[in-house]
Amino acid sequence: MAELQFREAIRAAMTEEMERDEDIFLIGEEVAEYDGAYKVSEGMLDQFGPKRVVDTPISENGFVGLGIGAAMNGLRPIVELMTWNFSFVAFDQILNNAAKIRYMSGGQFSFPIVFRGPNGAAGQLAATHNTSVESFYAHIPGIKVVSPSTPNDSKGLLKASIRDNDPVLFLESERMYGLKGEVSDEEDYILPIGKAHIVREGDAVTLVANGKDYYIALEVADRLAEDGHQAEVIDPRTIRPLDFDTIIASIKKTNRCVIIDESNPFASLSSEIAFQIQERAFDYLDAPVRRITAKDVPAPYAKNLMDYYMPQADDAYQACRDVMYL
Amino acid sequence: MASDSQQTSPSATEDVQATEDHEGFTKPQNEDARPDPLDLPDALEFEQTFKVYRGGTVGHEELGLDTDTLLAMYRNMLLQRRFEERSLQMYRKQKISGFLHLYIGQEAVSTGSVHSIDVGEDTIITAYRDHGIGLAMGMDPNVCMAELFGKKDGCSKGKGGSMHFFSKEKRLFGGHGIVGQHIPVGTGIAFAHKYRGDGKVCLTFFGDGAVGQGAMHEAANLAGLYDLPIVFVIENNEYAMGTAVHRAFADPDLCKQAVPYGMPASIVDGMDVFSVTKAMRDHVAMARENQPSFVEVRTYRYQGHSVSDPANYRTKDELEQKKGEDAIIRLKSYLVQHELSTNEALDDIDEEVKQQVLDAIDFAENSPLPDLEAIYEDVYSQKDYPFLA
Repeated sequence: MAELQFREAIRAAMTEEMERDEDIFLIGEEVAEYDGAYKVSEGMLDQFGPKRVVDTPISENGFVGLGIGAAMNGLRPIVELMTWNFSFVAFDQILNNAAKIRYMSGGQFSFPIVFRGPNGAAGQLAATHNTSVESFYAHIPGIKVVSPSTPNDSKGLLKASIRDNDPVLFLESERMYGLKGEVSDEEDYILPIGKAHIVREGDAVTLVANGKDYYIALEVADRLAEDGHQAEVIDPRTIRPLDFDTIIASIKKTNRCVIIDESNPFASLSSEIAFQIQERAFDYLDAPVRRITAKDVPAPYAKNLMDYYMPQADDAYQACRDVMYL
Repeated sequence: MASDSQQTSPSATEDVQATEDHEGFTKPQNEDARPDPLDLPDALEFEQTFKVYRGGTVGHEELGLDTDTLLAMYRNMLLQRRFEERSLQMYRKQKISGFLHLYIGQEAVSTGSVHSIDVGEDTIITAYRDHGIGLAMGMDPNVCMAELFGKKDGCSKGKGGSMHFFSKEKRLFGGHGIVGQHIPVGTGIAFAHKYRGDGKVCLTFFGDGAVGQGAMHEAANLAGLYDLPIVFVIENNEYAMGTAVHRAFADPDLCKQAVPYGMPASIVDGMDVFSVTKAMRDHVAMARENQPSFVEVRTYRYQGHSVSDPANYRTKDELEQKKGEDAIIRLKSYLVQHELSTNEALDDIDEEVKQQVLDAIDFAENSPLPDLEAIYEDVYSQKDYPFLA
């Protein structure tokens, strides 16, 4: 184990995989000469050269599509999006090409490609630079969506994503790139896609949270523990396919669920989790499923408004107490 | 390439060599070598000549096409046409559903292009008017017709339909439905060719309508920037659905779209299969040297945009005049005039092709519908993906 920043863990995953397989290359804005807009790919141009670490113009529709074509023709691209907020100018490439060509061709072509970059809010950046994209992309059959919460998970999940033969969207966070944590340095450290992680076991309430919200869930669980209640914290790790079995098994134990989801609330990840719970574990529920999300508005600029927009630990704590009828 | 703003012809500039000297796609910073952008010339002049491949200017001997090849070209152009004529009939009998965009009139473009590449090695990607190119590449008309019928034995297992012909074996990368959005994918296919150094090229076909999409321009810029082995083929059939080229583009000479991306470009008479073959061979040769380029093929579709389109936006006279330049009749006349075949022998080929198409319809009729379980197959490579029920 070594203590690494989130960005270093991602870099380690890419580097190890690129050393292993010549068909893997990294492409995106500022990934090479600039060392990455968030320094995730620092040093990779020096190590792998200009053929395998490729700078692009500001042209998401172009280079996302380029990655898809390269995957279709046998390579294994890693496409960095400076942020997922910029992915929407390439939305058709992901929705109609990465996700569907395999199906439309009757399975003749595969798309071993990873699209990665920071997701969600990163402070007072106003409405266009603060979108949580989970539900936009997890809606689409044909792709997988992975959302790591810790440096160690990011390494194991990114290596799995790079080795996966289907298109994987890998959601990072500007706010988390500097977070440090113990990261496995064992060779072939792989965490399976589609498996949730029970971070903390408990029987009082199930807390489901990914990405930055994972840390809110841990904080809430600490506060509940001080009150004498053990919350079970589940990090989905993968958004699509979501490991509902693990969540449902937990609900059957705790009979209560609070979801923390940074997305806007309508038709979101939390909506889907709540739907699955009522369908599969209705008789086990002792209280309505609650969720704490971003407000149902565009992200504002002013600090107080932006703080209010984001999911709050106090609200999540209160929701847990509510479902426990405390 | 094309950093030199005063170039006269992109293919002749010295900086082609400069870019080929460094291995890789990321351009080096080398600030010292960069001219000072503020060191302005007295005037910025630009001139680019576009080669024109007029019809009737190239013969089979110049192209080295022997009689067998010529007859195979003729047979295949007829196959494309008869296949689509029957498709239209089957659509009207409700054997085929959805959209059906017919290629009739454009057969010289697919055929000449295929005779410029190594089929099965080089790659092609196109838009939704894809039956012609699929058949020209040698796809089996049986599986093509079965695809139109939505049957299990279709080339895409009945999951794609008319707009989504694919053949991994022939290296046809589709068959795509959103105008222009497959063009960046073509750029990526070419990127992979160069990355591997396999010496193959990608022909990326699209219609005149796609030129208005940002995706085309982003793809062209990337191809020019990375010196990719690609030919962008604009099949200008004069109408994007019902909108004529001059009503959609400030400059209707679409080949000029190559200029901002530093590429050579040509215009070709798409009603002469020999002119198309010659032009495409020249451009494929450029692509093999990692020089991307544009070819604007001037062609014409006889049918509406799709079978539901009565094409009221053009006159009957215009259509009849274009049919007078028909590429198949032109080739037939050429073969007879040059005593390479006879009218009778060529009519016999037509009869054989018509029977081949009828056989394809029989095959499609007799192919089973896809099993319902197949709906979950081919979405992911992963075999046990946990779909929501």
